[in-house]
Amino acid sequence: MTPHPETAVSPEIPDFPAPRSSGCPFDPSPDMRALSDRGPVTRVRSWGGSTPWAVTGHAEQKALLADARLSVDFSRPGYPSPVDPRYTHAGGTTDLSFVGMDDPEHNRLRRMISGAFTVKRVQAMRPAVQRMTDSLIDEMLAGPKPADLVQALALPLPSLVISELLGVPYRDHGFFQRNSRTMVSAVATGDERHAAHTALSEYLDDLVGRKTAEPADDLLSALGRRIEAGELTRREAATMGVLLLLGGHETTANMISLGTLLLLRHPDQLAAVRDATGQRAVDDAVEELLRYLSIVHLGRRRTAVEDIEVGGRTIKAGEGVILLGELANRDPRVFPDPDRLDVTRDARGHQAFGAGTHHCVGQPLARLELQVVYPTLLRRVPTLRAAVPLEDTRFKYDAVIYGLHELPVTW
Amino acid sequence: MKITVDEDKCCGAGSCVLTAPDVFDQRDEDGIVVLLEARPHRERHDAVREAATVCPAAAIHVGEEA
Ligand code: HEM
Ligand code: HEM
Ligand code: SF4
Repeated sequence: MTPHPETAVSPEIPDFPAPRSSGCPFDPSPDMRALSDRGPVTRVRSWGGSTPWAVTGHAEQKALLADARLSVDFSRPGYPSPVDPRYTHAGGTTDLSFVGMDDPEHNRLRRMISGAFTVKRVQAMRPAVQRMTDSLIDEMLAGPKPADLVQALALPLPSLVISELLGVPYRDHGFFQRNSRTMVSAVATGDERHAAHTALSEYLDDLVGRKTAEPADDLLSALGRRIEAGELTRREAATMGVLLLLGGHETTANMISLGTLLLLRHPDQLAAVRDATGQRAVDDAVEELLRYLSIVHLGRRRTAVEDIEVGGRTIKAGEGVILLGELANRDPRVFPDPDRLDVTRDARGHQAFGAGTHHCVGQPLARLELQVVYPTLLRRVPTLRAAVPLEDTRFKYDAVIYGLHELPVTW
Repeated sequence: MKITVDEDKCCGAGSCVLTAPDVFDQRDEDGIVVLLEARPHRERHDAVREAATVCPAAAIHVGEEA
């Protein structure tokens, strides 16, 4: 991208992302917050002198994410890719299936799996999710104190749920969990992660083959039928399987651990979730935790393919756009007193799952897991508390999926 | 009230089904919205407007003609 001449050298444009210096660990950093004060659509300075747009407003983000004039294709010049070498797949090293495609190609693939995530199908999984949650809590309670809630509950639950949805046989759960844990591990080396990714891809490829030959009532068998009909290749099917596993693993896990810690620090709000009598009160609390924590950080990233007028600015064709969900979800025009955690507010308009055509395909399932896990944990372990002070809790400050490295708890 | 839905934009989120189940459903095969009633009864108007607001894909349009 050629930076805009009038803005490229302006010293007033803030750096993005600014290193986190201070502030409450549950809030966007003060430097990030300052971007909102510059308006709903504002320029930032990113790597290599580029000056993409940062979108901080709620309405502006929703409109842009639903706008086909923005592309997710990260091979386009101008794509505001994070340069940090840790952001490897944005450079195209990993096949992320439809995540990196625009419509109509994107929807051709996405709509082969989206039928597994209808309200009806996901609600039918509630008893299974409840059972898995209960048995993980049983195991934790039977083990030593303190326990790490991340390893005991937060990471295994989403992985078990996705195995069920895909149709991973029970005997392979150990292998499946071990490798997916390595893939999202902060301490694994690049080689270890690569090996785990290869093992999972090969495993899923093989499983797709078996499900095509002997179909059952699960998502991979449904993809198997598409393969037989010539609508999908086996490799495309396996890649979507890996995508679902990875896209839903650390995200959900971090919501479980971070949400629990946040509630432990707000006993009145915790009591409201624990003692909720109706489903609606639990659902509202989950929406508020999603809004407040907005764990997918540092922005959905897009490139404009045509000029777009938004928020009083013109985004020119070819310019990069960074849409900051954690700021949209604190937009006072939509959420009164946005920095107050209030599990009774109506937070459903939040964008913690993005918006538009790439809106999180797994969100009904993620919501179900959270609706089950918080009240179950708080009711079954009423004396639950953090085993280390907040100062010693390790937050994933520079990760794209914000969360906790571990959460030692006791009871 | 006259409702229209844009199937191409719909991302199958099902928020509309949760908000106004008498008016919206989802196709089994891909979760895309099915409009059960294009001109719902007055008592459902609030729920429909809310569904249009929460739809993450802005795929529901509510026209106010009679
Ligand atoms: C649901 C969508 C996503 C899936 C399935 C996914 C999948 C993956 C996979 C497979 C890897 C390891 C690949 C490799 O190292 O070559 C990875 C790493 C990573 N992804 Fe994603 N990703 C998703 C969304 C995102 C988004 C939106 C971002 C933000 C730009 C992001 C940022 C990262 C980063 C920073 C790493 C490196 C992690 C580290 O080394 O600690 N991911 N992701
Ligand atoms: C609380 C947990 C979760 C959060 C906060 C979350 C967040 C997000 C966000 C913000 C996006 C949009 C990315 C973009 O616009 O570029 C996304 C996309 C996606 N998510 Fe999730 N997610 C969660 C759970 C899940 C689960 C459980 C699954 C799988 C079962 C999943 C699979 C995906 C996939 C496949 C996409 C890509 C959709 C597309 O490109 O069309 N996510 N997620
Ligand atoms: S809420 Fe919107 S995106 Fe979701 S199913 Fe209904 S119309 Fe489609």
